[in-house]
Amino acid sequence: MERTGAYILLESLKREGVDILFGYPGGAVIDIYDELPRHPEIRHILTRHEQGAVHAADGYARASGKVGCCLVTSGPGATNTVTGIATAYADSIPLVVITGQVPTQLIGNDAFQEVDIVGITRPCTKHNFLVKDVKKLARTIRQAFYLARSGRPGPVLVDLPKDIVQATAEFLWPDDISMRSYNPTYKPNANQLRRAAELIAESQRPVLLCGGGVVMADAAAEATTLARKLRIPVTATLMGLGAFPATDELFLGMVGMHGTYAANLAINNADLVICAGARFDDRVTGKIAAFAPKARIVHIDIDPTSIRKNVDVDIPVVGDCKLALAGILDICESKYAEKDWATQHALWLKDVASWKKSKPLSYEPSADGAIKPQEVIEALRELTRGDAIIATEVGQHQMWAAQYYEFTKPRTLLTSGGLGTMGYGFPAAIGAQLALPDKMVIAVAGDGSLQMNIQELATAVANKLPVKVIILNNRHLGMVRQWQELFYAGNYSSTNMEAQPDFVRLAEAYGAEGYRIERAEDLLPELEKALSTPNPAFVDVRVEREENVYPIVPAGAALDEMLLV
Amino acid sequence: MQRHVLSVLVENEPGVLSRVVGLFSGRGFNIDSLNVAPALEDGTSHMTITTYGDSMILEQIMKQLHKIVSVIKVVDFSELQAVEREMMFVKVQAEGQARGEILRTVEIFRCKVVDVSHTEMTIEATGDHEKLEAILGLLQRFGIKEIARTGSVAMRRSRQPEG
Repeated sequence: MERTGAYILLESLKREGVDILFGYPGGAVIDIYDELPRHPEIRHILTRHEQGAVHAADGYARASGKVGCCLVTSGPGATNTVTGIATAYADSIPLVVITGQVPTQLIGNDAFQEVDIVGITRPCTKHNFLVKDVKKLARTIRQAFYLARSGRPGPVLVDLPKDIVQATAEFLWPDDISMRSYNPTYKPNANQLRRAAELIAESQRPVLLCGGGVVMADAAAEATTLARKLRIPVTATLMGLGAFPATDELFLGMVGMHGTYAANLAINNADLVICAGARFDDRVTGKIAAFAPKARIVHIDIDPTSIRKNVDVDIPVVGDCKLALAGILDICESKYAEKDWATQHALWLKDVASWKKSKPLSYEPSADGAIKPQEVIEALRELTRGDAIIATEVGQHQMWAAQYYEFTKPRTLLTSGGLGTMGYGFPAAIGAQLALPDKMVIAVAGDGSLQMNIQELATAVANKLPVKVIILNNRHLGMVRQWQELFYAGNYSSTNMEAQPDFVRLAEAYGAEGYRIERAEDLLPELEKALSTPNPAFVDVRVEREENVYPIVPAGAALDEMLLV
Repeated sequence: MQRHVLSVLVENEPGVLSRVVGLFSGRGFNIDSLNVAPALEDGTSHMTITTYGDSMILEQIMKQLHKIVSVIKVVDFSELQAVEREMMFVKVQAEGQARGEILRTVEIFRCKVVDVSHTEMTIEATGDHEKLEAILGLLQRFGIKEIARTGSVAMRRSRQPEG
């Protein structure tokens, strides 16, 4: 029986396990929306902006480990997805973005709501497709999901001209999706694993550096076991937080620009850095020439391009982090069974512990009852017992959340690490809440970032999602203001945000709840009240306006050139 | 900065050239020349890309090319025994005594004159990169008015039977 392209698309999405589809209708996709009510297995979430739809699909993907999926119309609908796609691309998040397109015969004619979205997104997708034949639609969707979730995951865009959606064909679901030009390497080379294990066995001062790849590969258990059995201290990139429990004594805290004293010093003094699933971003390494100067480097990554891109490595291991970490531990335990790792690393662990103790993350509590932003994160940690899913926007609040929440489980921090997208956190929290309805989901936001996708409050209210937005409101674009203070002689150009809505009344206007907390003594009780409501809520926490994030490694400086206060 | 000739076999899909070229421009790699044409197998195309870079950059270029989903195979000919050729047309100012000299140069390099007028000659030349550069060097003093080059194409040499 012949089916329409719209039917074939939705049937294909179901076969790929899509239970939630984020989207926004429009002329080029109206036939798909017409078909949608006949597929009740797919729950459609109507966002209030296409960017919100992509970020929500991204939050859904990060929290659940599944592929996030969204559907938007052509032209502006498609261009509005670009920031979300680039965000997912930078952080290797599996997404399938379906965009409508003008009918095939109009492509290239500057038709109404026409844009070359395949051309526009070519550099920020893992791959993209323009479907020109309805008979190839099912296969293309299958390939899109396969590409999105396999190897190094990433966003894949499928552009669907309106006439393809309306055309009919037999629905044939391909069993096989092999692509001769695409064969990601999962199984690491056994020799490389052996050589990595040899370096570990020789090392006196090793550090394990976990990146987002450990989280994405569901390798947190393997990383944790390896570090604990071999007594190796652990640090993490922003994206790697939660891969290893922050409460463990072996954890040094985050590395890099806003990393801890202990983590940055450990990297600088290590004789071996085992980097798993991180790409040595400039925010992590600081000045490349001075990064880990005494260390040999083992670099595990599923994407060969990540290896030797920024940092020269001694032992490259291309493959899945889960298999590689398990494989290395296996060799260490069999080949070096007689080794007493605790003794071998005893001096090093003592050094590391002393750095942790001498200069922990700290801030001066406010004397006059004003609220310090760090206190808010600590209060959240206490009230949620570290068990919430925290989505963040981008800026100071993001760094404080990373530093002070003490993430203990993977997939609990949803943050735009690579692209640094303000406006990401709130819609991502909505997506995460839909993926995990029983979890407490909190968006930690700045007053600046939140206003970039604040319209999604309507989405949260319409779908009765109990997402809580904790606004660390300093009425500044705080991170830029901090740079202006430290590096631009206090020239506070365009970073004052005192002109802002009343977030409490704004929330109420949307049909959500609004709370305001202004005094330190109210913080815990008021926060507790806000977190316990079953409704979406904005919590406007008025924090000290000029608090800075420390430590900070100035851009281009070496990791040990930190400003601590 | 060594010169490298890369052979890239790709699926012949719409946009594949732009994926490859976009990679070079987006990541700040150089393209010195680029040649694209259908390959032996239907549905595939063959690109020959000439580029410059140190070993770390070349490693990245190779890996990044491999990462493009439409790319089937990438070979760096600088590590292999390969033949390389490029064709070009050169239009030179050719009047009076210069005509004879130009013709002698053409003969020495086994080029052909493919078009001639009272004041100009168009020369067809084929050779490897160095040869074409040498020809241009010699023709320079007559006054080159225009050149059109194909960019290099290359192929790995067959293995010789041993002994």
